[in-house]
Amino acid sequence: MATNEEIQEHLGEREYEAGFVTDIESETLPPGLSEDVIRHISAIKQEPEWMLDWRLEAYRHWLTMEEPTWAAVDYAPTDYQSISYYSAPKSKDDGPESLDEVDPELLKTYEKLGIPLREQEFLAGVTNVAVDAVFDSVSVATTFKSKLTEAGVIFCPISEAIIEYPELVKQYLGSVVPPKDNFFAALNCAVFTDGSFVYIPKGVRCPMELSTYFRINALNTGQFERTLIIADEGAYVSYLEGCTAPMRDENQLHAAVVELVILADAEVKYATVQNWYPGDENGVGGIYNFVTKRADCRGNRAKVSWTQVETGSAITWKYPSCILQGDDSAGKFFSVAVTTNCQQADTGTKMIHLGKNTKSTIISKGISAGRAQQSYRGLVRMGKNAEHARNYTQCDSLLLGDKCGAHTFPYVEVKNPTATLEHEATTSKIGDDQLFYCQQRGLSEEGAVNMIVNGFCKDVFDELPMEFAVEANRLMEISLEGSVG
Amino acid sequence: MLVIKDLHVSVDGKEILKGLSLTINAGEVHAIMGPNGAGKSTLSNVIAGRDGYEVTSGSLTYKGEDLLAMKPEERAWAGVFLAFQYPVEIPGVNNTYLLKAGVNAKRKYQGLDELDAFDFMSVVKEKAKLVELDTSFLTRSVNEGFSGGEKKRNEIFQMAVLDPDLALLDETDSGLDIDALRIVAGGVNKLRSADRAIVMITHYQRLLDYIEPDFVHVLADGEIQKTGDKSLALKLEEHGYDWVKENL
Repeated sequence: MATNEEIQEHLGEREYEAGFVTDIESETLPPGLSEDVIRHISAIKQEPEWMLDWRLEAYRHWLTMEEPTWAAVDYAPTDYQSISYYSAPKSKDDGPESLDEVDPELLKTYEKLGIPLREQEFLAGVTNVAVDAVFDSVSVATTFKSKLTEAGVIFCPISEAIIEYPELVKQYLGSVVPPKDNFFAALNCAVFTDGSFVYIPKGVRCPMELSTYFRINALNTGQFERTLIIADEGAYVSYLEGCTAPMRDENQLHAAVVELVILADAEVKYATVQNWYPGDENGVGGIYNFVTKRADCRGNRAKVSWTQVETGSAITWKYPSCILQGDDSAGKFFSVAVTTNCQQADTGTKMIHLGKNTKSTIISKGISAGRAQQSYRGLVRMGKNAEHARNYTQCDSLLLGDKCGAHTFPYVEVKNPTATLEHEATTSKIGDDQLFYCQQRGLSEEGAVNMIVNGFCKDVFDELPMEFAVEANRLMEISLEGSVG
Repeated sequence: MLVIKDLHVSVDGKEILKGLSLTINAGEVHAIMGPNGAGKSTLSNVIAGRDGYEVTSGSLTYKGEDLLAMKPEERAWAGVFLAFQYPVEIPGVNNTYLLKAGVNAKRKYQGLDELDAFDFMSVVKEKAKLVELDTSFLTRSVNEGFSGGEKKRNEIFQMAVLDPDLALLDETDSGLDIDALRIVAGGVNKLRSADRAIVMITHYQRLLDYIEPDFVHVLADGEIQKTGDKSLALKLEEHGYDWVKENL
């Protein structure tokens, strides 16, 4: 039987399946960031004046900000002038009206990734997921528009929403994550090029899962997507987000902002399977994933859940948060983060309890192998009006090998004496006795590791929609591939 | 089925088995008894292929093949089963799911088609009756939150499903109350067959009242000191292990 050391050694050999590059003609702005670049992006997008002003204000503020250094991650400083802030597949100039107009090379890319863009598949009963695909800086295809329109649901690229639904965008954009919120959010506000926009009207239950796939293809390009989801009173939507990028020796920057607005009695479930390129076994290349995700439960009894499976990125800096303003509102955070080789992840959540009887649950599962370092960083804040607020936090770490690290930074601020908080944390290793037990029952060592790790993640995987649970399982298996001595 | 010749095994540099020889044929039930630290669990772990046991000399031949050259899972596929003295808890892993993976790995090795969920469940439900295991156990995490007796019943249930040729029961009776012992022993008795060899490792004669062995071996100081029939176990019960040593 292999020792833990051997297992982690072999974990280093995992291959990144989504690492291919699509050969496609694209229009890319030269590297560099200035007001002119922002004006240029805004012009390409044919944005109204108010949007440009909003971007420029964010940019001017960003210039006064410093990159945060408090996270437990270590990387060379990013030269923001060496990044290109816009890249688009060339044929996209007029925007595809239907999938037939989408570059076949692009469709092939998504096929390779196993993303069902073809509406025919839906008709054939293969899938019940509407997909918005974002390739480098632009959205290339949104499926099932007509079916969603029937239900009154708006699901489109945010660039389109800015033009088509300016009132909704003006009302909500930046209302959860303001442009001055943090360094990366400000940068995103200045240069974001696309992302998804979702509006679910009052009392509507979205008839299908909505999904966005993000793909960084071009070299030296940053991806700054912006997602805005609004669930009006009594609405419900389940939303999935997936991410991949080709293998490149250079680090690529991904600084996204996701805002969820949840009004009274509405519910949003947001799931992410993040598989950005993590870099090679020596830590060369990989995506810097600096993301701000926040949900605002604005109405009473609003509910939100963040579920994330993070296997990719060289560096992850991400804290999907919930602001629980409405009385009886509830926020949940379920996370599985896998770091191998030289990956670093500083991730967790913030639960801000403002309303009465607000509830939050945090289940975080971290798996580290190789020389990876992983931190859980979580804040639970109970405001002075948060009568009888409750939080339950559980942080479990699983270590493979003895060169990796797991760290937990729980922050708690309680200003109301009736609040209740519970925190549980464990750190464990896969036991030789567990491996031997599984092998004695006939599993290969690799199968045993997969089974034990999947069992460790079960509480989180159970929260994923069916389509994603399968994908998440498979991703974990790929991540742990080659673990047999 | 299993031929052990002059087996020497060390753990952390300390010799535990010191030239053990034993032959086990199909259809036979062997009981291995002995004082604490005699090497009983070492023997079953070495047969099953657990890490950390260094075989310094001797041989283990199973169905004509060198067992020591096989990985633990290969031994399982070839029909070796170990009922653990301390069954391991695996949080979040469904009991049935683990077993199905094991059964199908073995079937693949045997060149058989994998069982689908439906066929598998019908096998499982039938075998669960053998040890009066409630079907709610099937969907629970492996051994998690099981009582001592439930864990041991689960081991024998797994044995029934995996259908081994050579079953090693490592202190399956320890920690069982009389009722649980009767159920577990009843299950084992139903699994006795002309094609299967069973090796029971135990401290107590009590188990042998329920599962009658063909041979009783006394293992002490790393060797088989004495072999006899069931009456040997009764003498041991009466006189203690020192009696064996004195009579050498």
